Amino acid sequence: MTSRGDAAGDAAAALRIVGLRKSFGTLEVLRGIDLRLVEHEVVCLIGASGSGKSTLLRCVNLLEPIDEGRIFVEGEEITAPGVDVDRIRRRIGIVFQSFNLFPHMSVLDNVTLAPRRVLKLSRADADAQAFELLRRIGLDDKAREFPDRLSGGQQQRVAIVRALAMHPDLLLLDEVTSALDPELVAEVLSLVRELALGGMTMLIATHEMGFARDIASRVCFLDAGRILEEGPPEQIFRAPREERTQRFLQRVMEAGRL
Amino acid sequence: MTALGGLGPRDRGDVLEPPGRGRRSRRSGQGALRSTAIAFASTFVFFGVLAWVAVNSSGWPLVQQSFFNGALFAESLPDIAAAFWVNVQLFFIAEILILVLALVIAVLRSIPGPVLFPLRLLSTIYVDVFRALPGVLIIYILGFGIPGLNVEGVPTDPFFYAVIALTLIYSAYVSEVYRAGIDSVHPSQSAAARSLGLSQWQALRYVVLPQAIRRVIPPLLNDFIGLQKDTVLVSYIGVVEIFRQSQITEAAHFNYTPYLATALVFLVMTIPLARFTDWLVARDRRRAAANR
Ligand SMILES: Nc1ncnc2c1ncn2[C@@H]1O[C@H](COP(=O)(O)OP(=O)(O)O)[C@@H](O)[C@H]1O
Ligand SMILES: [Mg+2]
Repeated sequence: MTSRGDAAGDAAAALRIVGLRKSFGTLEVLRGIDLRLVEHEVVCLIGASGSGKSTLLRCVNLLEPIDEGRIFVEGEEITAPGVDVDRIRRRIGIVFQSFNLFPHMSVLDNVTLAPRRVLKLSRADADAQAFELLRRIGLDDKAREFPDRLSGGQQQRVAIVRALAMHPDLLLLDEVTSALDPELVAEVLSLVRELALGGMTMLIATHEMGFARDIASRVCFLDAGRILEEGPPEQIFRAPREERTQRFLQRVMEAGRL
Repeated sequence: MTALGGLGPRDRGDVLEPPGRGRRSRRSGQGALRSTAIAFASTFVFFGVLAWVAVNSSGWPLVQQSFFNGALFAESLPDIAAAFWVNVQLFFIAEILILVLALVIAVLRSIPGPVLFPLRLLSTIYVDVFRALPGVLIIYILGFGIPGLNVEGVPTDPFFYAVIALTLIYSAYVSEVYRAGIDSVHPSQSAAARSLGLSQWQALRYVVLPQAIRRVIPPLLNDFIGLQKDTVLVSYIGVVEIFRQSQITEAAHFNYTPYLATALVFLVMTIPLARFTDWLVARDRRRAAANR
């Protein structure tokens, strides 16, 4: 592990997390996380429910204030005091388990809201970009519909496209298939796979082990707020070193998800 | 099919018709028709008896003379209608100010952060105080107190103070309605907006408030109804509106019929709005149930 001193100079890293700690009241949820992603890398976070995966992603997107540690995006410290959080969030997209589309807006307006209001794109330019993105996922014919008219899988794909419309340097995905009916999981995973092939840098919390094995350049096993073990997927899934990782994967296998 | 002979006409219809929606709806349609007819008949009898008793009681001529005087009703109606125009103006001007002021207060109270703390504190005190005080008291203090200071440049028109008083009284309530709406929008909506780079204000403006306001339209309409009626309270500070006008007419004739005319005006204005509000609430409830 690199020490804190040279972390700031590490401009090659797309994302670098150093000694991140986070508590909710007396509950320490993240207990010293160190993580480094280079550009175009896809890292999957696995771990039991409650191990801190969502909290980690929310901290990276500055949706949760952190207690200790530092986070860098392309060499810039985003946890520095006085940093403009809105400017940082523009560069980091996040997609949630529960989609969180805006229910009072059409699909098109969901996708164009941030480009128009934040990037100050004209309506015509924002619409053109949104239609192009929606066409790629085969949902351009749903542009004028409201989210509640779409299936869960379609809603989640729109949520991903909404994040992509801001051209983020880094995309965070938080169990994007966990709220979906089984038959809708594949369409969302194949979109994520496409993004990975396209070179998007991603940090992905997931319960889909087969998917993680497929797509990840590295897998991190999160246990009680620490990255207990990390490595290439073949190693983590075939020959996990840590006993807790073995037990977690055993449980997942018994549940039929590997 | 000899068995059919023993059945009543309604049952036979059931047997002969093919099963399906048509049969069910026709049957319930007949049932609804019958209960409507019964309801009409019993209502007619009930109110008929009531009216008969009232009109034939010994005090009726006196009641009719002082409350239902047809000639005076016709005579006072134009003045009362003209005075009601003042209430209408009061209502619309105050309502617009209330909707704006209350929204500003609700937004101030729901934005976190230490910078706005003084404004948050001020709005909290304002809401507490104005919800605690009787409206008439506020109208009196503002309508008599402030012009009574005789300060140069301070308006003396009671209409002005009436608008200010109603606005201050109702904004306290309406801001709480807005605030409930804002609180009802799940924090994940705001988080989704912020994660896209929208500022706190933009997230509120484009994501939270549109959803919040849509949800509080029925309770807002309920407050409109209250305001519509409370416009008569400003008669105390000398605004000649509908209630003051009916007092004037009453005093001139020693007769209560003008009050009845005023009551009629309010019934005609308020009941449709109240019904519309009920309908909106019922519709929203149905929609919420359908989405579950
Ligand atoms: N806003 C919060 N307030 C208090 N506790 C929280 C909050 N968010 C998460 N937690 C707690 O933090 C722990 C980790 O949660 P989370 O990051 O959601 O885990 P995971 O995504 O791995 O299931 C859990 O015990 C959860 O109850
Ligand atoms: Mg989670």
